[in-house]
Amino acid sequence: MTIKFTEDHEYVRVDGDVYVVGISAHAAEQLGDVVFVELPEVGKTFSKGDDMAVVESVKAASDVYAPISGEIVEANQAIVDDPASVNGDPQGAAWFVKIKASDASELDAMMDEAKYKEFAENA
Amino acid sequence: MADDLFKTPLHALHQSLGGKMVPFAGYDMPVQYPLGVLKEHLHTREKAGLFDVSHMGQAVIVSPDHETTAAALETLVPGEMKKLGQWRQRYTVLLNDDGGIIDDLMVSRPPTDGRLNLVVNAACKEKDYAHLTERLPAGVKLERFDERGLLALQGPRAASVLAKHVPAAAEMKFMSFGEFEIAGIQATVARAGYTGEDGYEISTWSGDTEKLAKLLLEDDVVEPIGLGARDSLRLEAGLCLYGHDIDETTSPVEGNINFSIGKRRREEGGFPGAPRILRELDEGPSRLRVGILPEGRAPAREGAEIQSADGIKIGVVTSGGFGPSVGGPVAIGYVETAHSATGTDIQLIVRGKSLAAKVADMPFAPHRYYRG
Repeated sequence: MTIKFTEDHEYVRVDGDVYVVGISAHAAEQLGDVVFVELPEVGKTFSKGDDMAVVESVKAASDVYAPISGEIVEANQAIVDDPASVNGDPQGAAWFVKIKASDASELDAMMDEAKYKEFAENA
Repeated sequence: MADDLFKTPLHALHQSLGGKMVPFAGYDMPVQYPLGVLKEHLHTREKAGLFDVSHMGQAVIVSPDHETTAAALETLVPGEMKKLGQWRQRYTVLLNDDGGIIDDLMVSRPPTDGRLNLVVNAACKEKDYAHLTERLPAGVKLERFDERGLLALQGPRAASVLAKHVPAAAEMKFMSFGEFEIAGIQATVARAGYTGEDGYEISTWSGDTEKLAKLLLEDDVVEPIGLGARDSLRLEAGLCLYGHDIDETTSPVEGNINFSIGKRRREEGGFPGAPRILRELDEGPSRLRVGILPEGRAPAREGAEIQSADGIKIGVVTSGGFGPSVGGPVAIGYVETAHSATGTDIQLIVRGKSLAAKVADMPFAPHRYYRG
């Protein structure tokens, strides 16, 4: 299974023809305790880099950008109901949305896990 | 860390405790420790938290007698200073000539005649000291206590923790202070704080601050708490953050801190901006600082526009976020006075969307001060 990361700390996990999007474990740790998540509606389309979702900790609000262009096919209501779960398993059960990608080649420019790890450590 | 940031006497301790350091008011300060903002907040409400507030400004104004010192300070603040008793502390504000707030501060009266101790905000201290130096009459001098550290011990267990070292501290009433020896350290202890909880603010010479902090942290119920939780605690307590909820344009009446204005002073005036402030006390201000409870889960942050139920702009949020003890979003803001009644339906504009909210009573988390 391929997982790719952006410089804004979103990930895209390729699961068959579904692209699962969320924030990295590093981002979740940096944010601290997540208290609020706002997700886009199913059916909305985004271009890579658009404001797509919002995640807030006690201290601050952060935008989550679409890491890849496409249409939202599913939003994870579980993290809206329990925002703290984003701190628990951000790269697993606490994914944000699933996207039907309009241009899968956008993934090529993103970092793989090893590169992202290096990037996050030096950020 | 940038080289031009000041360090408090606890800087090394913060780092050894895993504090995440950020620049704040020119100081390198811990915004949180490994526990995290949410748990630090809840721990303080449940047990006791220790805060480094050494960045705040400590000073004293001095003349040969209390009457002279108090009269001099009363020309700059609306608080009752002449009748402030020995060993008592009071909250008031430094006013500009338009009645706007230069800073909010604590004033306390030690038994040595002619002295009034001040604690002012870190970000304002240079401006405050310049203002005081310029405005105090000849014969009343400002002395800075730059070589003192300040700790806050806050929470329902603060009194039992401190009483292990100073039994008399448990009997002190809210807004009183005393001088004690704690494990050989000379300390000035005030029963006050910025969390809405019972607790103390403890001033020592800088060389002793770390030793005292370590002693208090030895207690199992005490955790170190960073600036992040300090902000969420004071927000739930409805307390003003200078530069956000009050500033040089807001009067204490608009700021809903009329308790900073003494009763006699309301009759006599004689403080900067008195015409405006007395008029606002009499007729009501045009805008008022209020509590705000958003109805959904989304926090509204500083700067969010406030609209009436029918969509007219009536004000702005000045502090806001998630209240861990409330379990939801809370905010403070200014609204036109006609819309300031508790329960008034309002809307908050967050990321272009309007969120339903109500004007609410403050504090959001009940104050639990010890009044004896």
